[in-house]
Amino acid sequence: MYKIVNKQDLNPTVSLLKIAAPEIARKAKPGQFIILRVDDEGERIPLTIADHDNETGTVTIVFQLVGKTTRQLSEMKEGDYLLDFVGPLGKATELDGYKKIAVIGGGLGSAIAWPQAKKLFHEGAHVDMICGFRNKDLIILEEEMKQSCTRLIITTDDGSNGRQGFVTDILKDLIDQGNEYDLVIAIGPLIMMKFVCKLTLEYKIKTIVSMNPVMVDGTGMCGGCRVTVGGETKFACVDGPDFDGHLVDFDEAMRRQQFYKKDEKEALDRHTCRLTGEERANG
Amino acid sequence: MVNLSQNKVPMPEQDPEIRNKNFREVATGYTAEMAMEEAERCLQCKHKPCMSGCPVRVRIPEFIEKVAEGNFGEAYDLIATTNNLPAICGRVCPQENQCEQLCVRAKKGEPVAIGRLERFVADWYMSNRQLAKPEVEKKEQKVAVIGSGPASLACAGDLAKMGYEVTIFEAFHVPGGVLMYGIPEFRLPKALVQMEIANLKTLGVEIRTNMVIGKIYDVDELMQEQGFSAVFIGTGAGLPSFMKIPGENLNGVYSANEFLTRINLMKAYKFPDCDTPVRVGREVAVIGGGNVAMDAARSAKRLGAEEVYIVYRRSEEELPARLEEYHHALEEGIKTNFLTNPTEILGTDEGYVRALKCVEMELGVPDASGRKRSVIKAGSDFEIEIDTVIMAIGQSPNPLIRSTKGLETQNWGGIVVDSDSMATSKQGVFAGGDAVTGAATVILAMGAGKQAAAAIDKYLHGLLEDPDNPACFFTVTRPDN
Repeated sequence: MYKIVNKQDLNPTVSLLKIAAPEIARKAKPGQFIILRVDDEGERIPLTIADHDNETGTVTIVFQLVGKTTRQLSEMKEGDYLLDFVGPLGKATELDGYKKIAVIGGGLGSAIAWPQAKKLFHEGAHVDMICGFRNKDLIILEEEMKQSCTRLIITTDDGSNGRQGFVTDILKDLIDQGNEYDLVIAIGPLIMMKFVCKLTLEYKIKTIVSMNPVMVDGTGMCGGCRVTVGGETKFACVDGPDFDGHLVDFDEAMRRQQFYKKDEKEALDRHTCRLTGEERANG
Repeated sequence: MVNLSQNKVPMPEQDPEIRNKNFREVATGYTAEMAMEEAERCLQCKHKPCMSGCPVRVRIPEFIEKVAEGNFGEAYDLIATTNNLPAICGRVCPQENQCEQLCVRAKKGEPVAIGRLERFVADWYMSNRQLAKPEVEKKEQKVAVIGSGPASLACAGDLAKMGYEVTIFEAFHVPGGVLMYGIPEFRLPKALVQMEIANLKTLGVEIRTNMVIGKIYDVDELMQEQGFSAVFIGTGAGLPSFMKIPGENLNGVYSANEFLTRINLMKAYKFPDCDTPVRVGREVAVIGGGNVAMDAARSAKRLGAEEVYIVYRRSEEELPARLEEYHHALEEGIKTNFLTNPTEILGTDEGYVRALKCVEMELGVPDASGRKRSVIKAGSDFEIEIDTVIMAIGQSPNPLIRSTKGLETQNWGGIVVDSDSMATSKQGVFAGGDAVTGAATVILAMGAGKQAAAAIDKYLHGLLEDPDNPACFFTVTRPDN
C-alpha cells in the first residue's frame, strides 16, 4: 500500500499527489513514469513522474480527471492509500549536452515537462518554457515552473492570461527572433506535439516528445502501447516514452487513442451514477 | 486388482454449449470413486517408465498406489516430495508427451490418466488438509528470485525448504506470472494458483509485488546493497512477437499477451464491474496454432464473439497446441483456417480492423524443427471479414532483464546458462524457464527452477567452483544457435 502524503488541487480538474514510495524516489529520473492501481477492481494507469524527493521518499504525480480511475484519484484524500504503485518505468529523457532548450507544455503536459526543464535549468542550460492552457483558470504550477527555467511564457487559447495563441505561434516567434535552440521538448496533447514537430522540422531543431498511449503492464509485455517511429513499431513503455518527434506517426497514435474511449466513458458514467444515485442512461 | 479397461475413466466436463459462455473450469475433476477406479489401471511397473518422462520426477506409481488404496493424503505427500505445484501441473502439463506417453498401458488402449490423478490428489488435499510449516534449520543467506511464474515458484519453494531466506520480486500486482496473466480461468482457476502461492508463504517465502527488477533495483544492487547472496532469474518470455505485416497497428489488433492479460489478470470479463475493458468484436481471427492461440480463441468466444477463427499456416497435424485443448476449442465452436497465412490487415477509414488478407499455403519439405515448411500457393490471395485480430505467434524473453551487466544472452534474447547448474555468465546469478529456453511449458520451467535451486544450494556452500578457472564459478556451455 502506498500512502498519499500530500494532495493539492491545481485547477478544477487537475490535482497533484505526493505518494510515499521511497524505493521509486531513489531511482526516478525525468521522463520516467509509474503505473498505479487504486483498488482491487481497478485498472492499471500510467502517469508520468512530475517530481520526486529522495529525502522525503516521495514521488509526485499530476493528473487530470478524464476517466473513472482519475475520478477516483481526485476523490482521495491525504492519508489514503493506493493499492499498487510501480516504477520507475520507461527510459529517462536524454538531456546531456544541450545548451539552449525550449520546453513546451500543453495543459497537463506542462507538469510532465517540468522535471526536464528543472534538470536542464539546474545544470546551467538556458531553458525557455512555453506553456499553453485553454484559459487562465486552468493554469497550473506557474510558480514552480518559473523557478525551473530562464523564462516562462504562458499562453491561453482565449487570451484571458498571458499571451493569446498557441504554443507553436510563440515558439515560431522565439525562433524567428534569433533564439537558436539545440533541443525542443514538447509534451502535451498529441495534436499539439504533432504541430510543434511540424514546425521544428522546418527549422531542423531536434525535438523530443513524450507518448502516453494505452498501456497495461508497462514492462514490454502486452504491446498495447505500440507507436510507429520512423516506420518501425516501438513499445512506448520500454522503448520510450520519449521519442524523436520528427519520426513519430502522430495520426496513427491519435487513432489508437480512440479505441477504448467508449468503454472509458461507460466506466466513468457508471461510477458517477453510483455516487449520485442516478439511473444509468444506457443500462 | 488391476482395472483392465482400455480407456481412462472419462473426465467430467461442462457441456461445450454452456461452457463457451462462462469462465468456469471446463473439466470439473474426478470424484474419489473415479480416481480410485482409474488408479486401479496402473500396473505398478518395476521400471517405472512414466517417471522418466516427468521433468520433476514425480513418484508416479507410488502415489497412484496410494490413490487406489484411498490414502489421498499420503499420495499428496509423495507427490510433494518432488513437485511444488501439483494442482497446476495436473491441469496444464502436456502429459501426453511426457509421463503418459511412456505408460505401458498406452501400448494397448489409453495410458493411465496420470495428470487427472495428480490433479485429483492436489485438489483433495487443498480442500481437506492444511499445509503444515515444516521444521527446517534456517540458513543465513538470502536468495532473490526475480519473477513469480512456475520456474520461480519451484525454485523459491525448494530453497525455502532448504532453509534459505527467499524473496520473490514480481513486476505485476499479483504473483503467479503466466499462471495468472496467461492461462485462462477456465483451464486453471486463479484461486487455485493463489492457494499454491499461499503455501509458499507458509514455507516462509516473502513476495514483493510491483517490483520491476532492472528498474527499481538492478541485479547488482540486489547482491551488493540488499544483501542477497544469490539471484535466480525466472522472468519468462513476456515479449510478444508480431508478424510485421501492414495494418498491425490498426485498432482491434492485439498481442495474445495483451488480450489474455486484460481478461485473466485484469478481469476484463467483469467489465464494468472491474475497470479494465477489452474489445472483443464480432468476428475474431487468432493467428497461430499453439496453446496460447487456443486460449485466446476460446476466451474471445466466451466474451461473445460470434465467429472465432484459428488461422494457422501449417495443417492440423502440425498444430503445436495440446490435442485436448484443440478438441475443446472445436467443441466450443471455434473455426479453423489451416494452411493460411495473413499478409495484411485491412482497416476502415477510421483505422479499425475490417478484414484479414491471407494467402493459401502448401506443405513442402521439413525444416530444421522437423515440421514441414509451408510455402505460398501462387495467386491464392483471399480475405476474411473480421474486426479483431489476435497475434499468438510466440513470445521471447522480456528485454528488461537483459540490461543486467555481465549477463550473457543469445541474439534472440534468451539468457545463456550452463545446462546442468542453470548458472549464468554472472557470478551468483542463475536463470531458468522461458527466460532461458524461450516459450515452453510450465513443467519444464518448474524443472529448471528446481535444478537451479539445487545448484544455488551447492554454490552457497562453495561447492560449485570450477577448479580449472578459479575466477569463474562455472564453465558455461553455450547452446548451439
